[in-house]
Amino acid sequence: MSNELAGVERFEDPGLPEHKHRKADHDAIAANKAERQVAILFLLSAVGTVGTIASYIFIDTKKFIYLPILGNTNAAQLALGTGLAASLFFIGIAAVHWAKTLMPDEEVIAERHEFRSSDADRSEFVKTVKERSGAAGLGRRSLIKRSMGVALGLIGLSPLVLLRDLGPLPKNQLSTTDWSSGVRLMTDPGGRPIMPGDLEVGSVAQVLPELPAGTERTLENIGKDAVLLIRIRPEEFNLNAERLSWTYNGIIAFSKICSHMGCAVALYEQQTKHLLCPCHQSTFDVTRAAKVIFGPAARPLPQLAITVDADGYLVAKQGFTEPVGPSFWERNSA
Amino acid sequence: MKKSEQIAGNVAGYIDDRTGAAGWAKKNLTKVFPDHWSFMLGEIALYSFIILLLSGTFLTFWFDPSQQEVVYNGAYAPLSHVSMSASYASTLHISFDVRGGLLMRQIHHWAALIFMAAIVVHLLRVFFTGAFRKPREANWLIGIGLLTLGIVEGFLGYSLPDDLLSGTGIRIAEAIIQAIPVVGSYLSFFAFGGAFPGHAFIPRIYIVHVLLLPGIFLALITVHLMLVWYQKHTQYPGPGRKETNVVGYPLMPVYMAKAGGFFFIVFGITAFLGAVASINPIWLYGPYTPGQISAGSQPDFYMGWLDGLVRMAPPLETHAFGHTISWNILIPGLIVPGILFTGMALYPFIEAWITGDKREHHLLDRPRNAPNRTAIGAMSLSFILVVLINGGNDIIATHFHLTINGIMWFTRIGIFVVPPLVFVITKRICLSLQRADREIVLHGRETGRLVMLPHGEFIEVHEELSPEKKFTLTQHEQAPTLAIPAADSNGVRNPQGIKGKLRARMSQAHATQVPTPSESEAKALEGGHH
Repeated sequence: MSNELAGVERFEDPGLPEHKHRKADHDAIAANKAERQVAILFLLSAVGTVGTIASYIFIDTKKFIYLPILGNTNAAQLALGTGLAASLFFIGIAAVHWAKTLMPDEEVIAERHEFRSSDADRSEFVKTVKERSGAAGLGRRSLIKRSMGVALGLIGLSPLVLLRDLGPLPKNQLSTTDWSSGVRLMTDPGGRPIMPGDLEVGSVAQVLPELPAGTERTLENIGKDAVLLIRIRPEEFNLNAERLSWTYNGIIAFSKICSHMGCAVALYEQQTKHLLCPCHQSTFDVTRAAKVIFGPAARPLPQLAITVDADGYLVAKQGFTEPVGPSFWERNSA
Repeated sequence: MKKSEQIAGNVAGYIDDRTGAAGWAKKNLTKVFPDHWSFMLGEIALYSFIILLLSGTFLTFWFDPSQQEVVYNGAYAPLSHVSMSASYASTLHISFDVRGGLLMRQIHHWAALIFMAAIVVHLLRVFFTGAFRKPREANWLIGIGLLTLGIVEGFLGYSLPDDLLSGTGIRIAEAIIQAIPVVGSYLSFFAFGGAFPGHAFIPRIYIVHVLLLPGIFLALITVHLMLVWYQKHTQYPGPGRKETNVVGYPLMPVYMAKAGGFFFIVFGITAFLGAVASINPIWLYGPYTPGQISAGSQPDFYMGWLDGLVRMAPPLETHAFGHTISWNILIPGLIVPGILFTGMALYPFIEAWITGDKREHHLLDRPRNAPNRTAIGAMSLSFILVVLINGGNDIIATHFHLTINGIMWFTRIGIFVVPPLVFVITKRICLSLQRADREIVLHGRETGRLVMLPHGEFIEVHEELSPEKKFTLTQHEQAPTLAIPAADSNGVRNPQGIKGKLRARMSQAHATQVPTPSESEAKALEGGHH
């Protein structure tokens, strides 16, 4: 545009280049050859379909074969898939080859028209809209306009209200777990009570709270209750007196549910005594009450106070003192 | 007249008697479509969608979204007698007991990946060539809608089998919902029908995945294609191609054969991938339980950037007045993606405002001729790539023997440093390419042939470009800069205020160009020595 303004001559459009004919356009032999190629491609597709059906019927679904790169592969699945792939692929190749070799390949020019309607049409349209809406009296009858606004504005509320029964109110469910004073730590898997001696220094175990008899453990329970037991040498702890009193003989217990987004914090690095969440790599230092030392988590994993009961089994000294898992609006603790 | 022609005529006549469609059909069967490989990208997305509908329907015949606990006793021995949800068990059943079931599952998953990849690459093509300009803004918005819904649809799809990996993904989604201030806990309890994971969520997202979203897709894709049809396709510049015409092949038979054939090619390749390339082997992960996880948990690639953002977020939470706000979830999970997608949706309007250009555009830009836009696109892309790298930081760390911490810090700093750098470099590359175009148009192509002139001087022969090539390289117009508004008649300086200034400044940046060579310059050069 700037060039035109300066009155500069631009390179001219030489127009569509002259069409170059393909061999098949004037050579009957080449055209017949192309026809044969297309036919062969279509037939290859038919072979693919026959192969698919044959492998569906004849190949045992339990049969595995070893192939380079692919490794151990289910023969039926592989044969079905490659047969299906061939039957589809060759139809496509045949059609494209047909289009490219035998169908007319001369480019065609079509004109475009500006979408904008003529000024007359546009003003006529505005006039019509005004006239018609005037006929409805929308402008004059403000009572109708306002009451209609109220009706239409409110109608969206019914579906919202109807969705209320999708679920119960959260109440305090996000803040509570099944841990409380004296509840035994049960191995998971296994469901057996655990003694301090069962856990060697350097080892880790997942435990769940013992539920009252007759209560079935659900995934919802596990999602809040899962606890990781870690045993290190007691002198390695770097805890204040209260938190130290929550441990027992070097055994420390943390909620296994990540304080960031709730994944299971399952990776324990024995040498560094770090816990790592595989979802977003939040890293917690076990010796310092699961203090966050890396990653997006903003809070330590809640620590569970533990001790042993009269029979020598590990039990919770008290429930968690803060909600476990990811944060939520009503959560009230730092 | 042959018998077959007579029958065809009768059928056409029957339809036309009832619809009067003959006139419309006659015109549209010869509708012209321009040909270019990059116009097939959107087609791939469309065909993958059809493949998804077909393979997905097959899967629904056996899939059971129920969370009812069952004991597995199917063909896959390692999970024999294991308690699991019906949805996981039925996915195992499809994979091991239904002939072709695993193939269809894998075709479905591969098609989903291809669908999303094709949408992204198609979007990049549309962006970098300026195809979103007037009159195609609506189609740009529909495209952004399809991309967004595609991400959601894909996530819901791979969440259905209720395996350990997908359950972990749902757990993270629940944490994002729960983090929404004020209403988060309520929304989560409503969505999950109670505490996580509950029994309601998977059956609910199942109906959304197989009915609600596909229906919306179908409607949006229909409008998208109708607009392409009605507005006619854009075309690349070249000899004979103008803003006022469209050059290409007629719908019948060439375009029909090519596009129809291409559908089968895409389907064939997807089926081949489904046959040989294992994807999402859910039987290796085991059933979901909130207390377990597998190392190296990775979402599909179209969620990876979001995961990368969440991973790199700083550990920020606000605790005040008895409430908690998780910035470490809200910023990467909702705010940054919101800004990205809003910016992307508004881009056509922002660019039109900056250039003040209100004309229709049907000729595409060569990306180098719109350096600012190209640089913005490359910048955004680099941002996504940096966060995507962080989304795979655990995998990258183990494969390349790097530390996760190192990658995390590299990307944390990288998202602030790399995009601006990419912007500057891309803009410079574009301008250099313009300079190269200018050079080659005015001085011809270097042939590498050295010739000794009679008087002993050596010159390299430059071959003049063909008129077609010269035109292609010089046909584009260069947007003028909008001037900073001068003082108005009352002597008020800059009457449009800061907005006008900003607009002028951006317009200046947008209009940075190497002058297009012209015939006059070429003529002036011919006289002289070069």
